[in-house]
Amino acid sequence: MLNLLQEMGKRGLGVFERLGRGCILFYNIIMGLHTLIPRFGLVVYQVYSVGVLSLIIIVVSGLFVGMVLGLQGYNTLVDFGAEESLGIVVALALVRELGPVVTALLFAGRAGSALTAEIGLMKATEQLSAMEMMAIDPIRRVMAPRFLAGFIAMPLLAAIFSAVGVIGGYFVAVGLVGVDEGAFWSQMQDAVDLYDDIYNGVIKSVVFGVVVTWIAIFEGSDAIPTSEGVSRATTRTVVHSALAVLGLDFVLTALMFGEI
Amino acid sequence: MNTRIVEIWVGIFIAAGSAALFMLAMKVSNLATYTDDEGYVVTAKFEDASGLKVRSPVAMAGVRLGRVTDIKFDNQSLEAVVTMRIESQYNTLPKDTSASIYTAGLLGEKYVGLEPGGDEASLQNGDRIKLTQSSMVLEKLIGQFVSKFLNEDSSDKK
Repeated sequence: MLNLLQEMGKRGLGVFERLGRGCILFYNIIMGLHTLIPRFGLVVYQVYSVGVLSLIIIVVSGLFVGMVLGLQGYNTLVDFGAEESLGIVVALALVRELGPVVTALLFAGRAGSALTAEIGLMKATEQLSAMEMMAIDPIRRVMAPRFLAGFIAMPLLAAIFSAVGVIGGYFVAVGLVGVDEGAFWSQMQDAVDLYDDIYNGVIKSVVFGVVVTWIAIFEGSDAIPTSEGVSRATTRTVVHSALAVLGLDFVLTALMFGEI
Repeated sequence: MNTRIVEIWVGIFIAAGSAALFMLAMKVSNLATYTDDEGYVVTAKFEDASGLKVRSPVAMAGVRLGRVTDIKFDNQSLEAVVTMRIESQYNTLPKDTSASIYTAGLLGEKYVGLEPGGDEASLQNGDRIKLTQSSMVLEKLIGQFVSKFLNEDSSDKK
């Protein structure tokens, strides 16, 4: 019995310890961001590896998500003779929810896991310790550029996802099922508000970008420095990022659209 | 990889992201028709403004002239005071224009429909539209219809 309680206590303390280490890392990264100004090339290279290399998966999934939304929305709306509202359905679903959330999930899988593996392996092969020996702060040299790159890349990826999704929905609606083109765009423009919908979508994607990159970097730097530890850390990054994104999405949606 | 190629790709990525945001703002949202800052303001009192919302359209002859900017309750007359902003290019509406609340389609959104009068003077900033007709509430209509129907039914039996 006591052993069980001790185990529970140990686990609980472990969770809080990790949370605390994560917050300290986050603080140190934010404090280290200003050192990137004279060395912006580091950030550009990281934007390439987390942003540009994620572009293909984002564009392809955005296109198909938009097309599926168009088809499914049409099947329901046509019963009410409201198939002109398809533009509203596709645009609102993408801009408010699916754009930021699906992009964040894909981003966690594509870029977050790569970040964790990279930093975890740097730790396992003692590259981070070597940097410290040379009086280079690995937080400023390795982690801060990656964090800033995730912060920059994620909103852009979400915007690309939403825009491509709307175009995919347009192809299905106008090309495949024959919704009137003018009605599709005009109803969409009538219902989608720049501030309420698009700005809030961008805010969501910024928050998700920060959270996913933070989790990925923390898991990498906190990994047990063995090959097994790195593989576990990579798995944890994807799982924790997905949970954090979906949970935060509910909170943000309640704050933005729930009128509470 | 060559730094130059990396930088070019990042440039393309940022340009594509900005273009996507721009497309969302201009093509998907209502930014292109966003003219709330211009124009003049008129008010109208309605006995019943149910279903009308801020940003509902104000139309004459089926053309949108402006939007509803505010809906308040007047404590004295116990009526709804609807403030609307009309775009400044439509500045020749007669002073005795009347306003009614209509529904777009049977179950669609409510909008304010204006009908022109015959006055030669035109509406100015801050004017009040005096002739108004309230919104048609579907429940009330159905209630009237049902009670009428029931009355006829019971009078038939006598």
